[in-house]
Amino acid sequence: MGALIDRLLVNYESTASVILFCIGFSTLLMNNNLIKKIIGMDIMDASVYLFLACQGYIKGRTAPIIVDGIQSVEKYINPIPAGLVLTGIVVSVSVTALMLALSIRLYYRYHTLNLDEIIALAGKEEV
Amino acid sequence: MHMHFVQNFPFMGILLTLICAVLSSVLRPRAARVVTLFVIAAVTCLTAGTLAYTVSTGESYVYMMGHFPAPWGNEIRAGSLEAVSLLFFMGVIFCAFVGGKERSFQDIEETKYNIFCILVDLVILSLQALVYTNDIFTAFVFIEINTLAAAGLVCMRQTGRSLVASVRYMIMNLLGSSLFLIGIVILYTITGHLLMEPLYDSVQLLVASGEYRVPLLMVVALITVGLSLKSALFPFDKWLPGAYSNSTPTGSAILSSIVSKGYIFLLIKIFYRVIGIENIFALGICDVLFVFGVIGMIMGSVSAVRATTTRMMIAYSSVAQIGYVYVALGMRSEAGIICALWHIVAHALTKSMLFVSASALDAASGGTHKRRDLRGVFYRNPLAALAFTLGGVNLVGVPLLNVFITKVMLMEAAFDAGGLHMAITLTAMVISTLLNAKYFLGTIQTFFTPKRDEQAVRVKNSFSLTVGLVGFIVLNFLMGIFGSQVLDIMVSGLACFV
Repeated sequence: MGALIDRLLVNYESTASVILFCIGFSTLLMNNNLIKKIIGMDIMDASVYLFLACQGYIKGRTAPIIVDGIQSVEKYINPIPAGLVLTGIVVSVSVTALMLALSIRLYYRYHTLNLDEIIALAGKEEV
Repeated sequence: MHMHFVQNFPFMGILLTLICAVLSSVLRPRAARVVTLFVIAAVTCLTAGTLAYTVSTGESYVYMMGHFPAPWGNEIRAGSLEAVSLLFFMGVIFCAFVGGKERSFQDIEETKYNIFCILVDLVILSLQALVYTNDIFTAFVFIEINTLAAAGLVCMRQTGRSLVASVRYMIMNLLGSSLFLIGIVILYTITGHLLMEPLYDSVQLLVASGEYRVPLLMVVALITVGLSLKSALFPFDKWLPGAYSNSTPTGSAILSSIVSKGYIFLLIKIFYRVIGIENIFALGICDVLFVFGVIGMIMGSVSAVRATTTRMMIAYSSVAQIGYVYVALGMRSEAGIICALWHIVAHALTKSMLFVSASALDAASGGTHKRRDLRGVFYRNPLAALAFTLGGVNLVGVPLLNVFITKVMLMEAAFDAGGLHMAITLTAMVISTLLNAKYFLGTIQTFFTPKRDEQAVRVKNSFSLTVGLVGFIVLNFLMGIFGSQVLDIMVSGLACFV
């Protein structure tokens, strides 16, 4: 048990991202409010990016931008995860934008953001 | 190494589609449609070239994107399996786009028609990228592009139901993408690679040394669950019927036959080229897929029997057919995988034909959606009724057609697997086929029963609808008749995967 807690504390970024993922995941699935769902989705995405970003970080090293002519690999962190996170952020921004646009459409039509109510109202419409 | 000009084709197809998608945004609706048709034609020709080249050389090749060699740069990889699948998919997109042209014009606001064309372009783009990519993170990016484009196609009609369907589609699919991404991240942290060949080598080393067993298991589980969620394996199928039945006919056809199939293709590719198929067979993940596939086969058919609208029935039948694919994957044998690959394409051809013809039948019956209103529709629109009949009997399983070959192959694979696998598969196939026969043949029977005291009025099909439907019929027959040749190409392409 003690060893487990130690491991969780040493890899505290990963622990935090797992907790955040659970929060985001449950918000996305359990909340009925569309805006809260979108917030949950963003938290979930952010937790994955945190997990990814912290994998490339090595304590005591800097970003791989050559300063003072130091070219040793030992000096720098791995930049690839950061690059991947940037790509991922672009993807999740577009996803959020689309979800918000759909929410606005649904709100104009049904005057509510509760997905259950919206589904019930839409079910009564003609196919 | 000297590079043959044809080797550029997959990359050119991707680039061309991307350029045309951007171009479509500033064009007039009709011009955008012409551009999309051009994209479809061009990509089809390029794919045919790639197919001819890869079949003649008998091996696959890797194409370096940019100037960074492996293991740093990005790569695409083309072989005969990729090319032949993509060629059939492009045929489906062409027929669906042309066949649903008129309905799309009716269903979509004129100012939004460009967006529709862009979305079709983006689906083609991400399909090519998913089929050809050799880099697992690129696969993730294009999965997301595919999801966004598909969500757009779902809500294109802008009715309340289609907007709701789109939101539900997005929520489930984003969950799938997130799981997939976590899988990739863990894989990256234990191997340090993103390209498939170095990944494969590293994973084999890890398996041999027994290191990181649990993370590796998690990777396989996350990637499999993520992709099966996105391809609507039971019990993740709740978003599917709404999404497929509320889109435009073209949209439904593309969603059911292209979007969900690309993910399964990618899953098989990852099984072979990243994890190693022997390791997958050893892990027992196949059994999980098998069980859910069997349940999906039966539950999908049961829901289809209960469905009141034609399109809902076809949508639920997709759940059952996806079940077939996963049952084949769960056989733990090469024969099963080939059966799955075959059925991906066979089902794509059939299901898209059903969606396009069903909307024509609905239109010929006074814009109805109910199954029971289609009585005597054969006398009003014979071509669409024939296309629907062909699709229906195909899914039930009639010789000469492509789904029959799936069923034969699945049975052979089940006999090879033996024991419990065989018993369960055969039982499920019998039940599913009977249910299939019940709802498809039951519906088709009403087509040929004329309404009493009513003179049937022939509906004149537009040229584009005729082209689309005839194209679908020809494609289905071609795949069934040249089954053994297509299968040979698939088998040799799969052999290049390793």
